[in-house]
Amino acid sequence: MKRALSKTVRQILSFLPMLFGVVFLIGLFQALLPRSVYIAVFRKQPVIDSILGSLLGSILAGNPVTSYVLGGEFLRQGVSLVAVTAFLVAWVTVGVVQLPVEAMYLGRRFALLRNLFGFLFSILVAIVTVFLLSLL
Amino acid sequence: MRRLYFLIAVALLYFILYLTGNRLAILGFEFSLRILARIGGVFILVFLFMFFVNYLVTPKVINRYLARSAGIKRWLFAILGGIISTGPLYLWLPMLKGIKEQGVSDGFIAAFLYNRAIKPALLPLLILYFGLKYTILLTGTMIFFSIMIGLIMENVKFTKSKT
Repeated sequence: MKRALSKTVRQILSFLPMLFGVVFLIGLFQALLPRSVYIAVFRKQPVIDSILGSLLGSILAGNPVTSYVLGGEFLRQGVSLVAVTAFLVAWVTVGVVQLPVEAMYLGRRFALLRNLFGFLFSILVAIVTVFLLSLL
Repeated sequence: MRRLYFLIAVALLYFILYLTGNRLAILGFEFSLRILARIGGVFILVFLFMFFVNYLVTPKVINRYLARSAGIKRWLFAILGGIISTGPLYLWLPMLKGIKEQGVSDGFIAAFLYNRAIKPALLPLLILYFGLKYTILLTGTMIFFSIMIGLIMENVKFTKSKT
């Protein structure tokens, strides 16, 4: 139990500085960029928006907590839900930064293909999720 | 210490903006505090969930179930194992390499890795931002697609000995 507790504290402490940094950066962007900028980039076209979201999520890395906060704030700024969903999914399923380590352990082709499918599926997951949500 | 560099850089940015009398610093700071106030309470739940997962799940436990199961059961363990596994990816890679060498196919490993994207401990935060309905749908869709990616990877040949 003591091990689990210290592991949890370590995990929380490991992502808090990054989370605080991102939150305060979001604050600056929020003050700097008007909603119209986000709306101009994400034009509520499901496929293009989800590709843009996936690309952004694939490049950025870090704890998923950061992606939830970023994604939630993007949504508040008027970015489409499909783009935000693709961003959230790609953030956690595509690991460009971790690719070399994954390749070292599981093989280069495995790592490349898994990340490629992860990217493509983040677009599909986003479109399907938002479509299903619209039915409810 | 490296983890702090980003936060320090952002703090410096605020400091410079503040010194130059730029209103962005105050506006940005206020907005950031509102975000922190919104997510602050949920972190107690996140902490508790993370603690329980850390207490119950270790690479050893996952290894035991994933390596020794077969058929649909193995898919279930790949999904569940991925969902409840915590910590950075590099901690799990040696275990995954080990079970791969024991004969667990690439498809199961891919499904396991895909399901690592679902973080039960962080669901309260996801619900806070996106709602319960969305969270349930996203989780379900991701589980479904994890099986798809597993099946695709299962049928792709990786090494010369397999082709």
